[in-house]
Amino acid sequence: MLLSETLQNPAVSLVPWVVFLPLIGLVINLVLGQRLGEKFVGAVASLAALAAFGVAVVLAVTLAGEPGVGKFHLLDWIQVGGLNLGWDFRVDTLSVTMMLVVAGVGSLIHIYATAYMHSDVRHNGDPSRYRRFFVYFNLFILAMMILVSADSYLMLFVGWEGVGLCSYLLIGFWFEKGADGTANAKAAKKAFVVNRVGDFGLLLAMFLLFWNFKSLSFDEIFAQAPALAQAAPGVVLAVTLFMLLGVAGKSAQLPLFVWLPDAMAGPTPVSALIHAATMVTAGVYLVARSSPLYLEVPAAQQAVMWVGALTALFAATIAVAQNDIKKVLAYSTISQLGFMVAAVGMTAYVAGMFHLITHAFFKALLFLSAGSVILGLEHGHAHSHNGHNGHEEDHFDPQDMRNMGGLQGRMKTTFWVYLIGALALAGIAPLSGFFSKDEILAAALHTSPAIFALLIAAAFLTAFYMGRQVFLVFFGRPRSTAAEHAVESPALITVPLILLALLSALGGALNLPKIYTLEHWLEHSLQHSLVVEFNLTVAVGSVLLALTAIALAWWLYGKRQMRASDPDPLAAPLGGLFRALQNKWWVDELYQAVIVRPYHALASWLSGPVDSTGIDGIANGLGQLTHWAAGSLRRIQTGYVRTYVLVVLFGVVLMLAFLAFN
Amino acid sequence: MPLGYYLALSAVMFVIGIVGVLVRRNALIVFMSLELMFNAANLLFVTFAAYYGTIIGQISVFFVMTVAAAEVAVGLALMVAIFRTKHSIDVDQMSSLKG
Repeated sequence: MLLSETLQNPAVSLVPWVVFLPLIGLVINLVLGQRLGEKFVGAVASLAALAAFGVAVVLAVTLAGEPGVGKFHLLDWIQVGGLNLGWDFRVDTLSVTMMLVVAGVGSLIHIYATAYMHSDVRHNGDPSRYRRFFVYFNLFILAMMILVSADSYLMLFVGWEGVGLCSYLLIGFWFEKGADGTANAKAAKKAFVVNRVGDFGLLLAMFLLFWNFKSLSFDEIFAQAPALAQAAPGVVLAVTLFMLLGVAGKSAQLPLFVWLPDAMAGPTPVSALIHAATMVTAGVYLVARSSPLYLEVPAAQQAVMWVGALTALFAATIAVAQNDIKKVLAYSTISQLGFMVAAVGMTAYVAGMFHLITHAFFKALLFLSAGSVILGLEHGHAHSHNGHNGHEEDHFDPQDMRNMGGLQGRMKTTFWVYLIGALALAGIAPLSGFFSKDEILAAALHTSPAIFALLIAAAFLTAFYMGRQVFLVFFGRPRSTAAEHAVESPALITVPLILLALLSALGGALNLPKIYTLEHWLEHSLQHSLVVEFNLTVAVGSVLLALTAIALAWWLYGKRQMRASDPDPLAAPLGGLFRALQNKWWVDELYQAVIVRPYHALASWLSGPVDSTGIDGIANGLGQLTHWAAGSLRRIQTGYVRTYVLVVLFGVVLMLAFLAFN
Repeated sequence: MPLGYYLALSAVMFVIGIVGVLVRRNALIVFMSLELMFNAANLLFVTFAAYYGTIIGQISVFFVMTVAAAEVAVGLALMVAIFRTKHSIDVDQMSSLKG
């Protein structure tokens, strides 16, 4: 195995700053934020993220100059016997790529959020939460940086849990809002609990690794992996499969994807940063990072690949029938994560990472533009309400695409950037999504026709639901008064959108066919990545397929005028199938029936019969027994001195008799 | 006089004392009965002291008399105190501490 030489460049010692710069921003905002106002809070948080990005750029430039693996030992953490776990940073092309994505896209989203949250906190009626949002946001960048810069599974796990915590905090950011005042809190709880299931898998994988390798550091484990795979293939298989469970939890794959759609309860920048661009890709990163383990067990690769491909298609079908603009994007994210997971399962690590990067660009763009649309609609709604003197106090959902339409003319910038993002996601050449998705499709064709069929079907549906979304939101005539009065968002929102749109459009340049910049860059970290030559047939075929899907979407949703109350044009031809799609294949209901309800029943059985009756019965019974015994015994104390004397006399006589006759 | 007479007298005095404590309710009589039991014991002490020609028994008697005197002082004081609150020295009425 070709291990890259250690990098001795002094720039490596900068790497802790990717973690500590967000920490500084967080602390400043925590201490001073309330006093210094929103502008200050937003600026500090954005600068902290930007500064971390700057550090990542310096590291990238260093690595470009002299490729290798840089390591930086910050502190000793746990030292027990032979166990020596420290906080070590790892600077290689893979971790720096992730740092660039996290901090780069993260900075843009921070800047966007300074404006978005300004409206959002006012719309929700609690401006004092502005600071809290950015504290959480910087905390997220911090945790994500710990995750990607870790040099051992332990530190990776610290970051892994940290991002999970931030996800929970930010999904439940408006914890008292949502349906019944509990929907947001429930969504946050669901995300947390489902992620625990995945984390359980990752923890078991770590325990097994430690038990067999006596170490958690990447290099030590990977160096011994081939030997162990020879000696005990079952162990490596178990490790990789448990890790897959962790991946399924964090990256929202089958069967643990259910938390991600609900996570859209968080503010839109959260959806963009955490639940589209960065955190959910941690699973893909984990598999890529653990590639030396996965390369030893083809069965685990197969499992990863199938999970990814099935998720890609499954989530894409659900996205077709959703009406909430963010829900469509959420299922689309799950589907695209499925592409990435399938790619890393096929050992096409570079293709997976490439799609991770381009997806971070265009999905962040789509979410942020959707946020801009929602803001525009909220403004339009507020405006039209003032005009009507608040007559129609019906519940208006600014995220429902049926209430939109015709925004193309009113929100020009948002429309154009959304279009770029949607086309990139649909895989239209020459936007970024085309190149990355095609690499995955080509690798799938090379590996297994069944996987290729699943992925190409998912790609077709992707183009279709994005076409449907764009036609519903931006074309036709406005279907509500709010949409009629929608206004374009301010520059702080549109400028990050334009930058992200540029990245989405040009991101494909990172790994152009024949040049393969990203691949040469990553080959220092991922030596055994499957590389498939650019396949012109696949490329042209997938673009034609995507165009067909978009044309179909236009024929269904763009050609005719629709009213907000009209049923979906797909409802009639698809019938029951459409209802299944609309209800997300009843997966939530299935889990409710199979897992949640039996679990509740078990819990209430344990708390009722077992605890209240059984265990409390024993405890209370002991108390009652003592009470009863004491009540009986105290009757002996009659209070009559002469009785006592008689007893004493008998006692003395008995003792004397005993002494006398013994 | 044979030893048996002394022992019989002591036993009779002791039994009278016990019966007195058990059947009488007047605290003063109870006290007197107690004293009778003390003195039955004292009689035994001096009897055996004379019989064996030692002095230990006689010394013990002095101890018993001293302790009994102290006990009577405390006991009578208690009885005065009880009589002041209850206007009676019937021992059966002193049962407020019964379980």
